[in-house]
Amino acid sequence: MTRMAATRDGYGQALLDLADNEKVVVLEADLGKSTKSLHFRKAYPDRTISCGIGEQNMLLVGAGLAASGYIPFASTFAIFTERAFEQMRNGVARPNLAVHLCGSHGGTHTGTDGSSAQSIEDLAVFRTLPNVVVMHPCDDVSTRALTMQLPGLGKPSYMRTARNKTPVLYDGREDEIQIGKGVVLREGYDVAIISCGVLVSESLKAAEALAEEGINATVVDMHTLKPIDGELIDSLVAQCGALVTAEDHNVIGGLGSAVAEYIVSNSFAPLEMVGVPDRFGESGQADEMLEVMGISAPYIANAAKEAISRK
Amino acid sequence: MSKTITELEEIARKCRVEIVKMVHRAQAGHPGGSLSEIDLLTALYATRMRVKADEPNWSDRDRFILSKGHASPGMYAILAEMGFISHEDLKSYRVLGGVCQGHVDMKWCPGVDFSAGSLGMGLSFGMGCASAARIDKSERRAFVMIGDGEMQEGSVWEAAMAAAHHELGNLKVILDRNRIQNDDFCKEQMRMFDIPAKWKAFGWNVKEIDGHNMAEIMEGLDFLEAPENCQGPSILIAHTIKGGGISYMENNPSFHGAAPNDEQFHQAMVELGEVEA
Repeated sequence: MTRMAATRDGYGQALLDLADNEKVVVLEADLGKSTKSLHFRKAYPDRTISCGIGEQNMLLVGAGLAASGYIPFASTFAIFTERAFEQMRNGVARPNLAVHLCGSHGGTHTGTDGSSAQSIEDLAVFRTLPNVVVMHPCDDVSTRALTMQLPGLGKPSYMRTARNKTPVLYDGREDEIQIGKGVVLREGYDVAIISCGVLVSESLKAAEALAEEGINATVVDMHTLKPIDGELIDSLVAQCGALVTAEDHNVIGGLGSAVAEYIVSNSFAPLEMVGVPDRFGESGQADEMLEVMGISAPYIANAAKEAISRK
Repeated sequence: MSKTITELEEIARKCRVEIVKMVHRAQAGHPGGSLSEIDLLTALYATRMRVKADEPNWSDRDRFILSKGHASPGMYAILAEMGFISHEDLKSYRVLGGVCQGHVDMKWCPGVDFSAGSLGMGLSFGMGCASAARIDKSERRAFVMIGDGEMQEGSVWEAAMAAAHHELGNLKVILDRNRIQNDDFCKEQMRMFDIPAKWKAFGWNVKEIDGHNMAEIMEGLDFLEAPENCQGPSILIAHTIKGGGISYMENNPSFHGAAPNDEQFHQAMVELGEVEA
Protein backbone atom coordinates (compact mmCIF):
# COMPACT_ATOMS: atom_id res chain seq x y z
CA MET A 1 0.00 0.00 0.00
CA THR A 2 1.50 3.31 -1.05
CA ARG A 3 1.99 5.74 1.79
CA MET A 4 0.12 9.03 1.28
CA ALA A 5 1.39 12.36 2.63
CA ALA A 6 1.28 16.10 1.97
CA THR A 7 4.39 17.97 0.92
CA ARG A 8 3.66 20.68 3.48
CA ASP A 9 4.27 18.10 6.22
CA GLY A 10 7.73 17.48 4.80
CA TYR A 11 8.41 21.20 5.01
CA GLY A 12 7.30 21.38 8.65
CA GLN A 13 9.47 18.40 9.56
CA ALA A 14 12.48 19.88 7.79
CA LEU A 15 12.22 23.11 9.78
CA LEU A 16 12.40 21.06 12.98
CA ASP A 17 15.35 19.10 11.61
CA LEU A 18 17.12 22.38 10.81
CA ALA A 19 16.61 23.86 14.26
CA ASP A 20 20.05 22.82 15.46
CA ASN A 21 21.36 25.52 13.17
CA GLU A 22 20.95 28.52 15.46
CA LYS A 23 20.81 30.87 12.48
CA VAL A 24 17.55 29.35 11.25
CA VAL A 25 14.54 31.54 12.03
CA VAL A 26 10.91 31.10 11.02
CA LEU A 27 8.47 33.77 9.92
CA GLU A 28 4.72 33.31 9.88
CA ALA A 29 1.74 35.24 8.60
CA ASP A 30 -1.07 33.61 10.58
CA LEU A 31 -0.95 30.40 8.56
CA GLY A 32 1.65 28.39 10.45
CA LYS A 33 -0.93 25.73 11.25
CA SER A 34 -1.51 25.29 7.54
CA THR A 35 2.01 25.62 6.15
CA LYS A 36 3.25 23.45 9.06
CA SER A 37 5.78 25.89 10.48
CA LEU A 38 3.79 25.64 13.72
CA HIS A 39 5.93 22.73 14.94
CA PHE A 40 9.01 24.94 14.85
CA ARG A 41 7.14 27.80 16.51
CA LYS A 42 6.07 25.59 19.39
CA ALA A 43 9.58 24.26 19.96
CA TYR A 44 11.50 27.49 19.27
CA PRO A 45 9.29 30.52 20.01
CA ASP A 46 12.31 32.79 20.42
CA ARG A 47 13.32 32.13 16.83
CA THR A 48 9.84 32.49 15.38
CA ILE A 49 8.39 35.85 14.41
CA SER A 50 4.70 36.27 13.84
CA CYS A 51 4.00 38.94 11.27
CA GLY A 52 0.25 38.72 11.58
CA ILE A 53 -1.71 38.77 8.36
CA GLY A 54 0.92 40.88 6.65
CA GLU A 55 2.86 39.12 3.91
CA GLN A 56 4.58 42.21 2.54
CA ASN A 57 6.05 42.99 5.93
CA MET A 58 7.02 39.35 6.46
CA LEU A 59 9.16 39.15 3.33
CA LEU A 60 11.16 42.24 4.29
CA VAL A 61 11.53 41.29 7.94
CA GLY A 62 13.09 38.18 6.43
CA ALA A 63 15.36 40.33 4.30
CA GLY A 64 16.51 42.28 7.35
CA LEU A 65 17.21 39.05 9.21
CA ALA A 66 19.11 37.60 6.25
CA ALA A 67 21.18 40.78 6.00
CA SER A 68 21.99 40.32 9.69
CA GLY A 69 23.33 36.79 9.28
CA TYR A 70 20.17 34.74 9.82
CA ILE A 71 18.56 32.13 7.56
CA PRO A 72 14.87 33.00 7.48
CA PHE A 73 12.16 30.58 6.38
CA ALA A 74 8.91 32.42 5.64
CA SER A 75 5.72 30.69 4.65
CA THR A 76 2.13 31.43 3.78
CA PHE A 77 -0.31 30.19 1.16
CA ALA A 78 1.15 30.22 -2.34
CA ILE A 79 -1.53 32.63 -3.44
CA PHE A 80 -0.56 35.17 -0.75
CA THR A 81 3.13 35.05 -1.58
CA GLU A 82 2.08 36.76 -4.80
CA ARG A 83 0.82 39.70 -2.76
CA ALA A 84 4.40 40.29 -1.66
CA PHE A 85 5.89 39.82 -5.12
CA GLU A 86 7.48 43.24 -5.28
CA GLN A 87 8.93 42.83 -1.80
CA MET A 88 10.45 39.55 -3.02
CA ARG A 89 11.68 41.32 -6.13
CA ASN A 90 13.10 44.53 -4.72
CA GLY A 91 13.85 43.65 -1.12
CA VAL A 92 14.98 40.02 -1.39
CA ALA A 93 16.01 38.98 -4.91
CA ARG A 94 17.68 42.22 -5.98
CA PRO A 95 20.10 42.37 -3.04
CA ASN A 96 20.32 38.53 -3.23
CA LEU A 97 19.36 37.96 0.39
CA ALA A 98 18.82 34.30 1.21
CA VAL A 99 15.22 34.41 2.36
CA HIS A 100 13.45 31.08 1.79
CA LEU A 101 9.81 31.54 0.92
CA CYS A 102 7.41 28.63 0.97
CA GLY A 103 3.97 28.86 -0.60
CA SER A 104 1.74 26.04 0.53
CA HIS A 105 -1.68 25.11 -0.84
CA GLY A 106 -0.50 25.76 -4.39
CA GLY A 107 -2.40 24.86 -7.52
CA THR A 108 -5.97 23.85 -8.27
CA HIS A 109 -5.33 20.64 -6.29
CA THR A 110 -5.92 22.82 -3.21
CA GLY A 111 -9.55 22.17 -3.87
CA THR A 112 -12.74 23.35 -2.29
CA ASP A 113 -11.69 26.85 -1.18
CA GLY A 114 -12.06 27.64 -4.86
CA SER A 115 -10.28 29.87 -7.30
CA SER A 116 -9.30 32.63 -4.84
CA ALA A 117 -7.01 30.17 -3.05
CA GLN A 118 -5.75 28.20 -6.06
CA SER A 119 -2.46 29.78 -7.05
CA ILE A 120 -1.74 28.95 -10.69
CA GLU A 121 0.82 31.73 -11.29
CA ASP A 122 3.30 31.47 -8.42
CA LEU A 123 5.92 29.38 -10.18
CA ALA A 124 5.80 31.67 -13.20
CA VAL A 125 6.17 34.94 -11.36
CA PHE A 126 8.98 33.82 -9.07
CA ARG A 127 10.79 32.20 -11.99
CA THR A 128 11.16 35.66 -13.54
CA LEU A 129 13.24 36.95 -10.62
CA PRO A 130 17.04 36.87 -10.98
CA ASN A 131 18.83 35.01 -8.15
CA VAL A 132 15.71 33.10 -7.06
CA VAL A 133 15.66 29.29 -7.08
CA VAL A 134 12.18 27.86 -7.71
CA MET A 135 11.08 24.42 -6.56
CA HIS A 136 7.92 22.35 -6.51
CA PRO A 137 8.52 18.92 -4.97
CA CYS A 138 6.13 16.01 -5.31
CA ASP A 139 6.17 14.29 -1.93
CA ASP A 140 6.96 14.85 1.71
CA VAL A 141 10.32 13.06 1.57
CA SER A 142 11.70 15.15 -1.27
CA THR A 143 10.23 18.34 0.21
CA ARG A 144 12.05 17.62 3.44
CA ALA A 145 15.28 16.81 1.60
CA LEU A 146 15.16 19.97 -0.52
CA THR A 147 14.30 22.18 2.45
CA MET A 148 17.21 20.71 4.39
CA GLN A 149 19.55 21.84 1.60
CA LEU A 150 18.37 25.47 1.61
CA PRO A 151 20.67 26.81 4.37
CA GLY A 152 23.61 26.00 2.09
CA LEU A 153 22.08 27.65 -0.95
CA GLY A 154 23.26 31.21 -0.26
CA LYS A 155 20.53 32.77 -2.38
CA PRO A 156 16.77 33.25 -2.09
CA SER A 157 14.30 30.55 -2.95
CA TYR A 158 10.63 29.92 -3.53
CA MET A 159 9.14 26.49 -2.89
CA ARG A 160 5.56 25.54 -3.59
CA THR A 161 4.04 22.82 -1.43
CA ALA A 162 0.59 21.29 -1.63
CA ARG A 163 -2.29 21.07 0.80
CA ASN A 164 -3.52 17.57 -0.01
CA LYS A 165 -1.91 14.17 0.26
CA THR A 166 -0.29 12.48 -2.71
CA PRO A 167 1.58 9.16 -3.03
CA VAL A 168 5.02 9.12 -1.42
CA LEU A 169 7.63 8.24 -4.04
CA TYR A 170 10.94 8.69 -2.28
CA ASP A 171 10.73 6.66 0.95
CA GLY A 172 14.31 5.60 1.61
CA ARG A 173 15.54 7.46 -1.47
CA GLU A 174 16.05 10.95 -0.03
CA ASP A 175 19.73 10.85 -0.99
CA GLU A 176 18.69 11.13 -4.65
CA ILE A 177 17.25 14.59 -4.10
CA GLN A 178 19.45 17.52 -4.98
CA ILE A 179 18.42 21.10 -5.74
CA GLY A 180 18.69 21.71 -9.49
CA LYS A 181 18.80 18.05 -10.48
CA GLY A 182 15.74 16.32 -11.92
CA VAL A 183 15.14 12.67 -11.00
CA VAL A 184 14.29 9.92 -13.50
CA LEU A 185 11.59 7.86 -11.80
CA ARG A 186 10.81 5.55 -14.70
CA GLU A 187 12.79 4.76 -17.80
CA GLY A 188 11.35 4.50 -21.33
CA TYR A 189 12.40 5.34 -24.87
CA ASP A 190 9.29 6.56 -26.69
CA VAL A 191 8.49 9.75 -24.83
CA ALA A 192 9.67 11.65 -21.73
CA ILE A 193 7.12 13.08 -19.31
CA ILE A 194 8.65 15.88 -17.27
CA SER A 195 6.54 16.79 -14.29
CA CYS A 196 6.53 18.50 -10.91
CA GLY A 197 4.49 18.54 -7.73
CA VAL A 198 1.18 16.78 -7.48
CA LEU A 199 1.28 15.78 -11.14
CA VAL A 200 4.35 13.57 -10.78
CA SER A 201 2.27 10.68 -9.48
CA GLU A 202 -0.31 11.37 -12.22
CA SER A 203 2.51 11.17 -14.75
CA LEU A 204 3.55 7.78 -13.37
CA LYS A 205 -0.05 6.61 -13.74
CA ALA A 206 -0.06 7.90 -17.31
CA ALA A 207 3.16 5.98 -18.01
CA GLU A 208 1.57 2.77 -16.72
CA ALA A 209 -1.43 3.28 -18.98
CA LEU A 210 0.84 3.99 -21.94
CA ALA A 211 2.82 0.82 -21.22
CA GLU A 212 -0.35 -1.23 -21.62
CA GLU A 213 -0.54 0.20 -25.13
CA GLY A 214 3.07 -0.68 -25.81
CA ILE A 215 4.40 2.84 -25.34
CA ASN A 216 7.35 3.17 -23.00
CA ALA A 217 7.62 6.51 -21.25
CA THR A 218 10.33 8.02 -19.13
CA VAL A 219 8.98 9.98 -16.16
CA VAL A 220 11.03 12.76 -14.59
CA ASP A 221 10.40 14.59 -11.34
CA MET A 222 11.64 18.07 -12.21
CA HIS A 223 11.31 19.37 -8.65
CA THR A 224 13.53 22.36 -9.42
CA LEU A 225 12.12 24.65 -12.13
CA LYS A 226 14.89 27.17 -11.83
CA PRO A 227 17.66 26.58 -12.53
CA ILE A 228 16.21 24.02 -14.93
CA ASP A 229 18.24 20.82 -15.36
CA GLY A 230 19.28 21.36 -18.97
CA GLU A 231 21.70 18.48 -18.97
CA LEU A 232 18.89 16.08 -18.14
CA ILE A 233 16.61 17.63 -20.78
CA ASP A 234 19.34 17.14 -23.39
CA SER A 235 19.56 13.46 -22.50
CA LEU A 236 15.76 13.07 -22.58
CA VAL A 237 15.60 14.61 -26.04
CA ALA A 238 18.35 12.26 -27.21
CA GLN A 239 16.78 9.23 -25.60
CA CYS A 240 13.07 9.78 -26.34
CA GLY A 241 12.79 12.43 -29.06
CA ALA A 242 9.44 13.67 -27.74
CA LEU A 243 8.56 15.52 -24.52
CA VAL A 244 5.51 16.22 -22.37
CA THR A 245 5.40 18.55 -19.41
CA ALA A 246 2.76 18.23 -16.71
CA GLU A 247 2.01 20.71 -13.94
CA ASP A 248 -0.85 21.97 -11.80
CA HIS A 249 -0.12 25.55 -12.84
CA ASN A 250 -1.08 27.84 -15.65
CA VAL A 251 0.34 26.43 -18.85
CA ILE A 252 1.83 29.90 -19.32
CA GLY A 253 5.05 30.50 -17.47
CA GLY A 254 5.62 27.38 -15.39
CA LEU A 255 7.48 24.11 -15.93
CA GLY A 256 6.31 23.75 -19.53
CA SER A 257 7.62 27.19 -20.35
CA ALA A 258 10.92 26.48 -18.61
CA VAL A 259 11.41 23.32 -20.68
CA ALA A 260 10.27 25.06 -23.88
CA GLU A 261 12.65 27.95 -23.28
CA TYR A 262 15.46 25.46 -22.92
CA ILE A 263 14.81 23.24 -25.92
CA VAL A 264 14.25 26.02 -28.44
CA SER A 265 17.84 27.10 -27.89
CA ASN A 266 19.37 23.67 -27.36
CA SER A 267 18.49 20.12 -28.36
CA PHE A 268 15.03 20.31 -29.93
CA ALA A 269 12.12 17.86 -29.76
CA PRO A 270 8.33 18.12 -30.07
CA LEU A 271 6.81 19.20 -26.75
CA GLU A 272 3.24 18.96 -25.48
CA MET A 273 2.45 21.04 -22.41
CA VAL A 274 -0.16 19.81 -19.95
CA GLY A 275 -1.19 22.51 -17.51
CA VAL A 276 -4.07 24.68 -16.38
CA PRO A 277 -5.41 26.08 -19.68
CA ASP A 278 -5.09 29.78 -18.82
CA ARG A 279 -8.27 29.87 -16.75
CA PHE A 280 -9.22 30.19 -13.10
CA GLY A 281 -10.44 27.26 -11.06
CA GLU A 282 -13.51 26.71 -8.90
CA SER A 283 -14.53 24.79 -5.80
CA GLY A 284 -14.06 21.07 -6.11
CA GLN A 285 -12.23 18.09 -4.62
CA ALA A 286 -8.55 17.77 -5.53
CA ASP A 287 -9.08 14.88 -7.93
CA GLU A 288 -12.08 16.60 -9.47
CA MET A 289 -10.02 19.71 -10.11
CA LEU A 290 -7.38 17.74 -12.01
CA GLU A 291 -10.17 16.41 -14.24
CA VAL A 292 -11.83 19.81 -14.72
CA MET A 293 -8.51 21.38 -15.65
CA GLY A 294 -7.60 18.56 -17.99
CA ILE A 295 -4.33 17.71 -16.24
CA SER A 296 -4.94 14.23 -14.78
CA ALA A 297 -3.23 11.01 -15.92
CA PRO A 298 -5.41 10.34 -19.01
CA TYR A 299 -4.74 13.83 -20.35
CA ILE A 300 -1.03 13.36 -19.80
CA ALA A 301 -1.15 10.02 -21.63
CA ASN A 302 -2.98 11.61 -24.57
CA ALA A 303 -0.42 14.42 -24.70
CA ALA A 304 2.33 11.80 -24.79
CA LYS A 305 0.78 10.16 -27.85
CA GLU A 306 0.41 13.54 -29.50
CA ALA A 307 4.07 14.34 -28.87
CA ILE A 308 5.12 10.97 -30.29
CA SER A 309 3.01 11.59 -33.41
CA ARG A 310 4.92 14.80 -34.02
CA LYS A 311 8.34 13.13 -34.02
CA MET B 1 31.15 61.52 18.95
CA SER B 2 30.51 64.89 20.53
CA LYS B 3 30.10 67.76 18.12
CA THR B 4 28.97 71.31 18.72
CA ILE B 5 25.83 72.60 17.06
CA THR B 6 28.01 74.89 14.94
CA GLU B 7 30.15 71.97 13.80
CA LEU B 8 27.08 69.94 12.87
CA GLU B 9 25.64 72.86 10.92
CA GLU B 10 28.87 73.16 8.98
CA ILE B 11 28.84 69.44 8.10
CA ALA B 12 25.25 69.79 6.93
CA ARG B 13 26.19 72.82 4.83
CA LYS B 14 28.97 70.89 3.13
CA CYS B 15 26.56 68.02 2.49
CA ARG B 16 24.07 70.43 0.90
CA VAL B 17 26.79 71.60 -1.45
CA GLU B 18 27.50 68.01 -2.47
CA ILE B 19 23.80 67.21 -2.90
CA VAL B 20 23.31 70.09 -5.31
CA LYS B 21 26.53 69.24 -7.15
CA MET B 22 25.52 65.59 -7.59
CA VAL B 23 22.10 66.38 -8.95
CA HIS B 24 23.41 69.17 -11.18
CA ARG B 25 26.20 66.95 -12.54
CA ALA B 26 23.80 64.08 -13.28
CA GLN B 27 21.05 66.44 -14.48
CA ALA B 28 18.70 64.07 -12.70
CA GLY B 29 17.85 62.93 -9.20
CA HIS B 30 16.00 64.07 -6.13
CA PRO B 31 17.32 67.23 -4.48
CA GLY B 32 14.17 68.21 -2.54
CA GLY B 33 14.03 65.23 -0.20
CA SER B 34 17.80 65.10 0.11
CA LEU B 35 17.89 68.67 1.37
CA SER B 36 14.97 68.13 3.76
CA GLU B 37 16.61 65.09 5.38
CA ILE B 38 20.22 66.23 5.53
CA ASP B 39 20.26 67.98 8.92
CA LEU B 40 18.75 64.84 10.44
CA LEU B 41 21.24 62.53 8.71
CA THR B 42 24.11 64.75 9.77
CA ALA B 43 23.20 64.69 13.44
CA LEU B 44 22.45 60.98 13.38
CA TYR B 45 25.69 59.94 11.68
CA ALA B 46 27.97 62.47 13.36
CA THR B 47 26.75 61.88 16.90
CA ARG B 48 24.80 58.62 17.29
CA MET B 49 25.48 55.88 14.79
CA ARG B 50 27.79 53.17 16.09
CA VAL B 51 29.50 52.35 12.82
CA LYS B 52 33.05 52.01 11.51
CA ALA B 53 33.86 53.66 8.20
CA ASP B 54 36.88 51.42 7.74
CA GLU B 55 34.80 48.32 8.46
CA PRO B 56 31.42 49.05 6.86
CA ASN B 57 30.21 45.45 7.24
CA TRP B 58 31.06 45.21 10.95
CA SER B 59 28.34 42.82 12.06
CA ASP B 60 27.48 44.58 15.31
CA ARG B 61 27.06 48.04 13.78
CA ASP B 62 23.92 50.10 14.10
CA ARG B 63 21.89 49.87 10.91
CA PHE B 64 20.54 52.86 9.01
CA ILE B 65 17.85 52.27 6.46
CA LEU B 66 16.95 55.10 4.12
CA SER B 67 13.52 53.89 3.15
CA LYS B 68 12.97 56.94 0.95
CA GLY B 69 15.81 55.59 -1.14
CA HIS B 70 15.44 58.08 -3.97
CA ALA B 71 16.76 60.78 -1.61
CA SER B 72 20.13 59.15 -2.12
CA PRO B 73 22.27 62.27 -2.67
CA GLY B 74 21.74 63.12 1.01
CA MET B 75 22.85 59.65 2.02
CA TYR B 76 25.90 59.68 -0.25
CA ALA B 77 26.90 63.13 0.98
CA ILE B 78 26.91 62.10 4.63
CA LEU B 79 28.63 58.78 3.84
CA ALA B 80 31.39 60.72 2.11
CA GLU B 81 31.61 63.14 5.02
CA MET B 82 31.94 60.19 7.42
CA GLY B 83 34.59 58.49 5.29
CA PHE B 84 32.63 55.47 4.00
CA ILE B 85 33.14 56.61 0.42
CA SER B 86 35.34 59.29 -1.08
CA HIS B 87 34.21 62.66 -2.35
CA GLU B 88 35.43 61.45 -5.73
CA ASP B 89 32.88 58.62 -5.50
CA LEU B 90 30.12 61.22 -5.41
CA LYS B 91 30.85 61.91 -9.06
CA SER B 92 29.61 58.41 -9.84
CA TYR B 93 26.03 59.31 -8.90
CA ARG B 94 23.76 57.87 -11.61
CA VAL B 95 26.78 56.97 -13.76
CA LEU B 96 27.14 53.46 -15.22
CA GLY B 97 29.14 51.28 -12.84
CA GLY B 98 29.16 53.91 -10.10
CA VAL B 99 28.95 53.14 -6.38
CA CYS B 100 26.35 55.93 -6.11
CA GLN B 101 23.42 54.26 -7.83
CA GLY B 102 20.29 56.32 -8.50
CA HIS B 103 18.61 54.82 -5.46
CA VAL B 104 20.70 53.68 -2.48
CA ASP B 105 21.90 50.11 -2.97
CA MET B 106 23.62 47.90 -0.40
CA LYS B 107 25.31 45.88 -3.14
CA TRP B 108 26.99 48.92 -4.63
CA CYS B 109 27.81 51.38 -1.89
CA PRO B 110 29.77 50.79 1.35
CA GLY B 111 27.78 51.97 4.35
CA VAL B 112 24.39 51.43 2.74
CA ASP B 113 22.45 48.84 4.71
CA PHE B 114 19.38 48.43 2.50
CA SER B 115 18.66 48.54 -1.21
CA ALA B 116 15.77 50.96 -1.31
CA GLY B 117 13.95 52.81 -4.04
CA SER B 118 10.53 51.26 -3.73
CA LEU B 119 8.60 53.08 -1.03
CA GLY B 120 7.11 51.39 2.01
CA MET B 121 9.79 48.74 2.40
CA GLY B 122 12.43 50.13 4.75
CA LEU B 123 10.49 49.92 7.98
CA SER B 124 9.87 46.18 7.50
CA PHE B 125 13.54 45.62 6.71
CA GLY B 126 14.46 47.62 9.81
CA MET B 127 12.17 45.41 11.83
CA GLY B 128 14.10 42.40 10.54
CA CYS B 129 17.41 44.00 11.55
CA ALA B 130 16.03 44.88 14.97
CA SER B 131 14.67 41.35 15.43
CA ALA B 132 18.06 39.89 14.52
CA ALA B 133 19.74 42.15 17.08
CA ARG B 134 17.29 40.97 19.71
CA ILE B 135 17.93 37.29 18.97
CA ASP B 136 21.67 38.05 19.04
CA LYS B 137 21.20 39.80 22.41
CA SER B 138 23.08 42.72 20.86
CA GLU B 139 22.77 46.39 21.82
CA ARG B 140 22.79 47.49 18.18
CA ARG B 141 19.89 49.58 16.90
CA ALA B 142 18.08 49.91 13.60
CA PHE B 143 17.34 53.49 12.54
CA VAL B 144 14.92 53.92 9.65
CA MET B 145 14.14 57.14 7.82
CA ILE B 146 10.79 57.25 6.08
CA GLY B 147 9.11 59.99 4.11
CA ASP B 148 5.65 61.40 4.72
CA GLY B 149 4.26 60.58 1.29
CA GLU B 150 5.61 57.08 1.84
CA MET B 151 3.13 56.59 4.68
CA GLN B 152 0.45 56.24 2.03
CA GLU B 153 1.86 52.76 1.35
CA GLY B 154 -0.16 50.24 3.34
CA SER B 155 2.88 48.09 4.07
CA VAL B 156 4.24 50.86 6.34
CA TRP B 157 1.35 50.18 8.67
CA GLU B 158 1.83 46.41 8.54
CA ALA B 159 5.34 47.04 9.83
CA ALA B 160 4.26 49.67 12.35
CA MET B 161 1.73 47.27 13.87
CA ALA B 162 4.15 44.34 13.92
CA ALA B 163 7.05 46.30 15.45
CA ALA B 164 4.88 47.54 18.30
CA HIS B 165 3.43 44.06 18.84
CA HIS B 166 6.94 42.70 19.21
CA GLU B 167 7.98 45.64 21.43
CA LEU B 168 11.08 46.33 19.35
CA GLY B 169 12.68 49.01 21.48
CA ASN B 170 15.78 48.94 19.30
CA LEU B 171 13.83 50.14 16.25
CA LYS B 172 13.95 53.93 15.78
CA VAL B 173 12.17 55.76 13.00
CA ILE B 174 12.76 59.30 11.81
CA LEU B 175 9.98 60.74 9.68
CA ASP B 176 11.05 63.41 7.21
CA ARG B 177 7.80 65.37 7.21
CA ASN B 178 8.51 67.65 4.27
CA ARG B 179 4.89 67.81 3.08
CA ILE B 180 5.63 67.29 -0.61
CA GLN B 181 5.57 64.15 -2.74
CA ASN B 182 6.20 63.46 -6.40
CA ASP B 183 3.17 65.02 -8.01
CA ASP B 184 2.26 67.74 -5.53
CA PHE B 185 1.84 68.70 -1.89
CA CYS B 186 0.86 65.68 0.23
CA LYS B 187 -2.34 67.39 1.32
CA GLU B 188 -3.43 67.51 -2.31
CA GLN B 189 -2.45 63.92 -3.10
CA MET B 190 -3.62 62.16 0.04
CA ARG B 191 -4.43 63.86 3.30
CA MET B 192 -2.88 62.03 6.22
CA PHE B 193 -4.74 63.81 9.04
CA ASP B 194 -3.23 63.51 12.53
CA ILE B 195 0.09 61.76 11.95
CA PRO B 196 1.34 61.77 15.58
CA ALA B 197 -2.00 60.35 16.71
CA LYS B 198 -1.77 57.59 14.13
CA TRP B 199 1.64 56.44 15.38
CA LYS B 200 0.56 56.71 19.01
CA ALA B 201 -2.48 54.62 18.20
CA PHE B 202 -0.20 51.99 16.68
CA GLY B 203 1.67 51.79 19.99
CA TRP B 204 4.74 53.91 19.24
CA ASN B 205 6.57 56.52 21.33
CA VAL B 206 6.23 59.79 19.45
CA LYS B 207 8.02 63.15 19.52
CA GLU B 208 7.82 66.08 17.12
CA ILE B 209 10.70 68.42 16.34
CA ASP B 210 11.85 71.04 13.85
CA GLY B 211 14.02 68.94 11.52
CA HIS B 212 16.23 71.88 10.58
CA ASN B 213 17.00 73.09 14.11
CA MET B 214 20.15 71.22 15.12
CA ALA B 215 19.55 71.70 18.85
CA GLU B 216 16.04 70.28 18.54
CA ILE B 217 17.32 67.41 16.41
CA MET B 218 19.78 66.50 19.15
CA GLU B 219 16.95 66.54 21.69
CA GLY B 220 14.93 64.35 19.35
CA LEU B 221 17.75 61.83 19.05
CA ASP B 222 18.08 61.87 22.84
CA PHE B 223 14.39 60.99 22.94
CA LEU B 224 14.91 58.02 20.62
CA GLU B 225 17.76 56.75 22.79
CA ALA B 226 16.16 57.41 26.18
CA PRO B 227 15.85 54.19 28.22
CA GLU B 228 12.15 54.79 28.79
CA ASN B 229 11.68 54.79 25.01
CA CYS B 230 13.56 51.55 24.48
CA GLN B 231 10.75 49.28 25.63
CA GLY B 232 9.00 49.66 22.31
CA PRO B 233 9.52 51.34 18.94
CA SER B 234 9.85 55.12 18.75
CA ILE B 235 9.37 57.68 16.02
CA LEU B 236 10.72 61.17 15.68
CA ILE B 237 8.45 63.28 13.51
CA ALA B 238 10.74 65.91 12.04
CA HIS B 239 9.02 68.87 10.40
CA THR B 240 11.19 69.83 7.49
CA ILE B 241 11.19 71.93 4.36
CA LYS B 242 11.43 70.16 1.03
CA GLY B 243 14.46 71.64 -0.71
CA GLY B 244 15.46 73.26 2.60
CA GLY B 245 18.46 75.58 2.29
CA ILE B 246 18.11 76.55 -1.36
CA SER B 247 15.61 79.39 -1.72
CA TYR B 248 14.09 78.51 -5.07
CA MET B 249 13.76 74.82 -4.19
CA GLU B 250 12.09 75.36 -0.83
CA ASN B 251 8.49 74.13 -0.72
CA ASN B 252 8.61 73.78 -4.48
CA PRO B 253 7.12 70.45 -5.67
CA SER B 254 8.92 70.75 -9.00
CA PHE B 255 12.25 70.15 -7.22
CA HIS B 256 11.17 66.78 -5.84
CA GLY B 257 12.84 65.12 -8.77
CA ALA B 258 14.45 67.72 -10.99
CA ALA B 259 17.97 69.08 -11.36
CA PRO B 260 18.95 72.76 -11.31
CA ASN B 261 20.21 74.33 -14.53
CA ASP B 262 23.61 76.09 -14.63
CA GLU B 263 22.22 79.42 -13.52
CA GLN B 264 20.26 77.85 -10.67
CA PHE B 265 23.31 75.82 -9.70
CA HIS B 266 25.40 78.98 -9.41
CA GLN B 267 22.75 80.62 -7.29
CA ALA B 268 22.65 77.59 -4.99
CA MET B 269 26.43 77.72 -4.53
CA VAL B 270 26.12 81.41 -3.65
CA GLU B 271 23.38 80.74 -1.13
CA LEU B 272 25.45 77.98 0.47
CA GLY B 273 28.47 80.27 0.74
CA GLU B 274 30.61 78.30 -1.68
CA VAL B 275 31.13 81.12 -4.16
CA GLU B 276 30.66 84.88 -4.14
CA ALA B 277 27.64 86.36 -5.84
